[in-house]
Amino acid sequence: MNVNQSAPPVPPFGQPQPIYPGYHQSSYGGQPGSTAPPTPYGAYNGPVPGYQQTPPQGMSRAPPSSGAPPPSTAQAPCGQATYGQFGQGDVQNGPSSTVQMQRLPGSQPFGSPLAPVVSQPAVLQPYGPPPTSAQVTTQLAGMQISGAVAPAPPTSGLGYGPPTSLASASGSLPNSGLYGSYPQGQAPPIGQAQGYLGVQTPQRSAPSQASSFTPPASGGPRMPSVTGPLLPGQGFGGPPVSQPNHVSSPSPQALPPGTQMTGPPGPPPPMHSPQQPGYQLQQNGSFGPARGPQPNYGSPYPGAPTFGSQPGPPQPLPPKRLDPDAIPSPIQVIEDDRNNRGTEPFVTGVRGQVPPLVTTNFLVKDQGNASPRYIRCTSYNIPCTSDMAKQAQVPLAAVIKPLARLPPEEASPYVVDHGESGPLRCNRCKAYMCPFMQFIEGGRRFQCCFCSCINDVPPQYFQHLDHTGKRVDAYDRPELSLGSYEFLATVDYCKNNKFPSPPAFIFMIDVSYNAIRTGLVRLLCEELKSLLDFLPREGGAEESAIRVGFVTYNKVLHFYNVKSSLAQPQMMVVSDVADMFVPLLDGFLVNVSESRAVITSLLDQIPDMFADTRETETVFAPVIQAGMEALKAAECAGKLFLFHTSLPMAEAPGKLKNRDDRKLINTDKEKTLFQPQTGAYQTLAKECVAQGCCVDLFLFPNQYVDVATLSVVPQLTGGSVYKYACFQVENDQERFLSDLRRDVQKVIGFDAVMRVRTSTGIRAVDFFGAFYMSNTTDVELAGLDGDKTVTVEFKHDDRLNEESGALLQCALLYTSCAGQRRLRIHNLALNCCTQLADLYRNCETDTLINYMAKLAYRGVLNSPLKAVRDTLITQCAQILACYRKNCASPSSAGQLILPECMKLLPVYLNCVLKSDVLQPGAEVTTDDRAYVRQLVTSMDVAETNVFFYPRLLPLTKSPIESTTEPPAVRASEERLSNGDVYLLENGLNLFLWVGASVQQGVVQSLFSVSSFSQITSGLSVLPVLDNPLSKKVRDLIDSLRAQRSRYMKLIVVKQEDKLEMLFKHFLVEDKSLSGGASYVDFLCHMHKEIRQLLS
Amino acid sequence: MATYLEFIQQNEERDGVRFSWNVWPSSRLEATRMVVPLACLLTPLKERPDLPPVQYEPVLCSRPTCKAVLNPLCQVDYRAKLWACNFCFQRNQFPPAYAGISEVNQPAELMPQFSTIEYMIQRGAQSPLIFLYVVDTCLEEDDLQALKESLQMSLSLLPPDALVGLITFGRMVQVHELSCEGISKSYVFRGTKDLTAKQIQDMLGLTKPAMPMQQARPPQPQENPFVSSRFLQPIHKIDMNLTDLLGELQRDPWPVTQGKRPLRSTGVALSIAVGLLEGTFPNTGARIMLFTGGPPTQGPGMVVGDELKIPIRSWHDIEKDNARFMKKATKHYEMLANRTATNGHCIDIYACALDQTGLLEMKCCANLTGGHMVMGDSFNTSLFKQTFQRIFSKDFNGDFRMAFGATLEVKTSRELKIAGAIGPCVSLNVKGPCVSENELGVSGTSQWKICGLDSTSTLGIYFEVVNQHNAPIPQGGRGAIQFVTQYQHSSTQRRIRVTTIARNWADAQSQLRHIEAAFDQEAAAVLMARLGVFRAESEEGPDVLRWLDRQLIRLCQKFGQYDKEDPTSFRLSDSFSLYPQFMFHLRRSPFLQVFNNSPDESSYYRHHFARQDLTQSLIMIQPILYSYSFQGPPEPVLLDSSSILADRILLMDTFFQIVIYLGETIAQWRKAGYQDMPEYKNFKHLLQAPLDDAQEILQARFPMPRYINTEHGGSQARFLLSKVNPSQTHNNLYAWGQETGAPILTDDVSLQVFMDHLKKLAVSNAC
Repeated sequence: MNVNQSAPPVPPFGQPQPIYPGYHQSSYGGQPGSTAPPTPYGAYNGPVPGYQQTPPQGMSRAPPSSGAPPPSTAQAPCGQATYGQFGQGDVQNGPSSTVQMQRLPGSQPFGSPLAPVVSQPAVLQPYGPPPTSAQVTTQLAGMQISGAVAPAPPTSGLGYGPPTSLASASGSLPNSGLYGSYPQGQAPPIGQAQGYLGVQTPQRSAPSQASSFTPPASGGPRMPSVTGPLLPGQGFGGPPVSQPNHVSSPSPQALPPGTQMTGPPGPPPPMHSPQQPGYQLQQNGSFGPARGPQPNYGSPYPGAPTFGSQPGPPQPLPPKRLDPDAIPSPIQVIEDDRNNRGTEPFVTGVRGQVPPLVTTNFLVKDQGNASPRYIRCTSYNIPCTSDMAKQAQVPLAAVIKPLARLPPEEASPYVVDHGESGPLRCNRCKAYMCPFMQFIEGGRRFQCCFCSCINDVPPQYFQHLDHTGKRVDAYDRPELSLGSYEFLATVDYCKNNKFPSPPAFIFMIDVSYNAIRTGLVRLLCEELKSLLDFLPREGGAEESAIRVGFVTYNKVLHFYNVKSSLAQPQMMVVSDVADMFVPLLDGFLVNVSESRAVITSLLDQIPDMFADTRETETVFAPVIQAGMEALKAAECAGKLFLFHTSLPMAEAPGKLKNRDDRKLINTDKEKTLFQPQTGAYQTLAKECVAQGCCVDLFLFPNQYVDVATLSVVPQLTGGSVYKYACFQVENDQERFLSDLRRDVQKVIGFDAVMRVRTSTGIRAVDFFGAFYMSNTTDVELAGLDGDKTVTVEFKHDDRLNEESGALLQCALLYTSCAGQRRLRIHNLALNCCTQLADLYRNCETDTLINYMAKLAYRGVLNSPLKAVRDTLITQCAQILACYRKNCASPSSAGQLILPECMKLLPVYLNCVLKSDVLQPGAEVTTDDRAYVRQLVTSMDVAETNVFFYPRLLPLTKSPIESTTEPPAVRASEERLSNGDVYLLENGLNLFLWVGASVQQGVVQSLFSVSSFSQITSGLSVLPVLDNPLSKKVRDLIDSLRAQRSRYMKLIVVKQEDKLEMLFKHFLVEDKSLSGGASYVDFLCHMHKEIRQLLS
Repeated sequence: MATYLEFIQQNEERDGVRFSWNVWPSSRLEATRMVVPLACLLTPLKERPDLPPVQYEPVLCSRPTCKAVLNPLCQVDYRAKLWACNFCFQRNQFPPAYAGISEVNQPAELMPQFSTIEYMIQRGAQSPLIFLYVVDTCLEEDDLQALKESLQMSLSLLPPDALVGLITFGRMVQVHELSCEGISKSYVFRGTKDLTAKQIQDMLGLTKPAMPMQQARPPQPQENPFVSSRFLQPIHKIDMNLTDLLGELQRDPWPVTQGKRPLRSTGVALSIAVGLLEGTFPNTGARIMLFTGGPPTQGPGMVVGDELKIPIRSWHDIEKDNARFMKKATKHYEMLANRTATNGHCIDIYACALDQTGLLEMKCCANLTGGHMVMGDSFNTSLFKQTFQRIFSKDFNGDFRMAFGATLEVKTSRELKIAGAIGPCVSLNVKGPCVSENELGVSGTSQWKICGLDSTSTLGIYFEVVNQHNAPIPQGGRGAIQFVTQYQHSSTQRRIRVTTIARNWADAQSQLRHIEAAFDQEAAAVLMARLGVFRAESEEGPDVLRWLDRQLIRLCQKFGQYDKEDPTSFRLSDSFSLYPQFMFHLRRSPFLQVFNNSPDESSYYRHHFARQDLTQSLIMIQPILYSYSFQGPPEPVLLDSSSILADRILLMDTFFQIVIYLGETIAQWRKAGYQDMPEYKNFKHLLQAPLDDAQEILQARFPMPRYINTEHGGSQARFLLSKVNPSQTHNNLYAWGQETGAPILTDDVSLQVFMDHLKKLAVSNAC
């Protein structure tokens, strides 16, 4: 990965981003009218909402649209038309904002013309809107509607055949092509934006559109070609999209292939040509027969030319392709959710509610279920039977962050003290008392909600029941009324039946030549002096209970005695690294305030002591071993902070050799790069876990350090790894110190065991995250902080009951940083369903992606990358195909219909697939990949969301006075305007992209230089200037950083600069240099896969 | 002519040599029949204030196998400037520097009075003395405090340019780096892991980076040792540091749970100390000074486990082969001792604890390297403090009484061969024509290494007469022996002391009287005792006693005058008269009797017995007893229970103990406080007299003896009662009721019984 560095550049696609919003709006507008769901969306941007909602409603809407084609169509047409224009106008990134603006209006207009609307929606919506239940669907629906689709519309979500096609078309180029084809007649004229073209087509003739769409989808020519060999390949390339759709239909046509071929691989230009043909073919092939479209298509082909023309007129974009704006937009979805759900608190009282997206700011009110900050599920309505689950292929997983930090407005879990008897538990399954336990027999007994066992209520816990069977004290007791709470643990829950002593932090500093030379040691020692005042403390404690110790090392270890009674620190060198031990007991771990003078003296001396060191070799395993032994000797849990610079090659246990071999990439042996070199670290980690010794690793490598092996211990002990490649104090100091401060200060639990209990019928079968498991049920975490997440997968082992639903209880036993032993309980009730549609309606794509990414990232340890990628694609296709088959209303096979809740699945999945781990670019180092791999393993949903789909924020579009974050734009080069400045962040990296023709004033106020050419490329700090823009941008950067658990180093990238390649790597909707498909292409490919499954 | 006694004394004073026989039987057969082997006690560095060293190098015989040093016995042809080696008869040219030599202008080494001469060698780099403290921290607080003070005090006694080092140990072993400012550094080792010298040097960072073979610049290697030895620094540089460091020394912090011994890694600590010096200063005078307050309880060299309920091995366990750690530990320490000896360093052991500390296992460290062994009850006693201080005492020249890395080479004339040596030495395995196949003590070599020695270190050297009976030596022929001791003087100079002695041959058949008269029974007793003790190390106690008895009987048979089968007729001449008595006490001594002694104590006693000079050795064998009374000046009395009288004060010196014993009446008087009354001032003086005399002995003795002041009936009186000849016991009734002496409750035989028995056996034909 390029976490720290650069990413492979993405080929630029010139496409009109602006269109996007427009589409949404328009489509929404239309949809809202049709169904309720739409309304919300509608609220949004009129049309957009409609689409989004559509999915569920979509079905219904679709019909309505069809039925009420007028509105939808009307919208569509208008929108499209407008969009088209916009699109054209926007073609370049620059205009995006304006486009949006325009769109809004556009959407309104759409309202009127039915037919057109339909078509438009179809086109527009599909792309932009995925909005309809199935985004694509929407489009399709639109199409269908316009056509004869009346029925299709009903399926609306899915239904929109056209959308599908569109979707498929959406492969940006193809889409455009498709559209073009649709509009054919119109297309040319409208033509600038392909999408528009498409839109237009619909307008012209609803029916025809439908048909036309299909055909386009099939992209007759392309399809065939694509279908055959191309499809798969294309899947990634732009064309594939079209192909998939088309595939079904187009397959017949053989001619196009050739063209398609060119299309897929080809960058924009080829795309165009292929697309056009493709469309035509498709139309002819699939649609053709089905409907009149073929002829239309014929025209579409011409459309292709049109496209050419389109681009021409509007801009370079014209390149052809599906209109990217017509395919489901993450930005739009996020924006809608924010608008719709960000205002009201999320009340957890009702079972099976889908919480707002992670990108939405919302308050949580705990009324019996755990806050989504603690637990998020892939689906909040799970199939009653395993057959259903298998059919749907939707993984059932929960992403649990037991110690998640809460916003200040939300209260942290209440601590319940049940005295000596300890927490009340079910006698059989040991589940803890929770709001779902059923009290019976007048309150004398309770029935366990997990295993149905009937238990006696101990006398001291007895309470009468009210008329509803509820205990009268239910609201006085957190464990009876809340989803999350804590119990004070009794001594029975402690190791060796002894209450734990306060934990300790041990700082272990590499003082080899490299560390000294870079100034790291001096910097670190200086920082530690003040940082030690900020050790985590609990509640109102005046002083942290945590003790600290210090170790430095190169190929030997130096322990320090900093006992308060000493006049000067004592250093104890242990050279026997083969058989590590702790040379001192008393005085190694000390209370900071008591030993401050000695510690300060020590930290002052360390950099000087080693200033002349020549030692370049280091050890690693013995260092961890030493820390662990120290904690063992002190009989406490704790955390090691390791600051390490190089591959540990000194003769010692855990010695590593340089095995970085790029030749292994894309071979079956590639997986070995992710596996640890030696089993020694696993063994060591196991010992650490047993001791409650968590390891945080800060790496400062100049070259290969084998992160895959070094991170084993942090990974298994619940620690974190931070990596600062080519660390230089001037450039990286802020990032490192900021991470360090955060890492040291964050509240953390030690020596934890987590157990997830479930009600009968499902059980937790698999776990992902940074922890160790010695059996199949207990997740052991030497340390657990508020950022660490455990993903748990569930499987059926029996039939579930729709009535009683399914319950999860996550119990975490841990030692707080004050040394208190506690149990944190999170409960969550889920619905069960017998209809697959319910499942699809209650899914959460972000969580799903979190799970799938973790699964895939673990998969690379054992399987070739290709297999992992294929598995992901297959599963995704199966999920969507199942929906299409069982939930969507019948429609043409050429339609891509996506469930509303999952309309972003393809785009996100594509991001996962092209991530550095699964598809490395040439400049991604093995270490980077291993680093990211382990990072993702313990990421929560919000982190994976932004990590895989970075946020791209235009800085100068919104008025300078506005204090809110500017609306994000889609991560595609097409969305960049060379006259604007953008921020891009993915949780690890932060770029400031400056367009080549940005206003001089902006340059002046941001960089304090007079022209674009004077801006230093690669700059990592913005000058502090006293003007509103500078201040706003810097504030924005600060606030972005504050949102992330790691400090993001800023890199200023100038358009057309070398560094831009790095930046482009993060434009995930574009085709990537390393071979990753563009969104549009991938969507086409996905469509193809689905169709294959369906047939 | 002077008596033999005077001759012997003269020789001892001049050459530090005492022979068992001062006239030598001239044939192998006769010599064998003499029972007591021809042997000598040699004190190589006997203090000779009257002998200033000469500032040149000795002249050596040019025969490669001989290399004897020019001496007064050599025949010199002044005109031809030639000298004939008196050992190999090689004729040698004098070196050019001797060109001016003549009868009247002789170099010192040719003058008879310089039979012992010391040469000072100027060449070779002088390296400072090295003192490496190895300190146990598993001590009681006050013990540690006392030890720290002693150590700090010792710093002021060291020569300013001496290098010092500090290793402390408990559960872990810490090697302290001494030259650090602001922070004290130490290297820590696990106390349970045996490390090779190479590993230790690696871990201490002492291994020099592999230097290219072409060392063009010679100065560099010379600087290296100083650069690389962060652990050994000149005392004048780090005086303050080290004082502080010692001051901050804490007890071993690791918790010791109830019922456990502290974990003490003595074995590893020593191993590291040895490895450290080995890597940095091989073949340079160095003392490793081990201060330990208990037995090693873990790691290599552990002597006892840490479970208190399992006591440390006793003689009983050892006999029953029940001392599970002993063999392994002994092996470990032997290995260390041999390495140390190879490097020319010595190991001192200062063991102060009430219980045993594993001296049995560790004894070889001191024995083989010439180190000191001191045993006490606590570091907080004057016994330890003063003993330790005395290590650094100086001689009349202001030099420390210690020498290092000595090599003793013995050359003999052809009629003699060297059978071995017993003393604080190791063999250098130099075979030669003068090495006998007959083995006594450390044998099979003509050279030994004595890594640490002082002016009293004494070796027993045993010879064999190889002259055949049928090759008589011409009348007046003399046998010669030359001792060449090369050593590092405490002033860091290399010196060579050469002692050449000659004795007359006598035909045992015709001249037995001469030989008999020239018998040195004291030396013989000590030499035989050394043989016995040496055997006792490897043989069962009773076997050794039997061997000693047989030797004694044979000697009596050979030299006694008696009528066959008539014990009453048995007489021994003056020169033999005391010998049986020595043997009697020797049999009872702690050197051969382990009863009532722990293995550690036995080792301790034997250690000192094997290195002290003749006088001290005799005291050890047969303690001296002085009696103080109003009847007159103090007088030596028989070491006999009959000497214990009520109105006497006794002062006994056993070398290891000084016992002052007040007779019953005296004790009562003292109790009554007469000494405080002016009219009984004489009583006060009487009480004071033995104290003063004891002080005198205490002042001179190393190690400090245990000082015991007791009285009749006192529990400590046992020290006296166990030593005296039990002439009166509860068994010999005739003694009961008699006024003289005090009966001893023992089943041991008394000297009288012993003698009676001896006579009986001597005159019988049975053996």
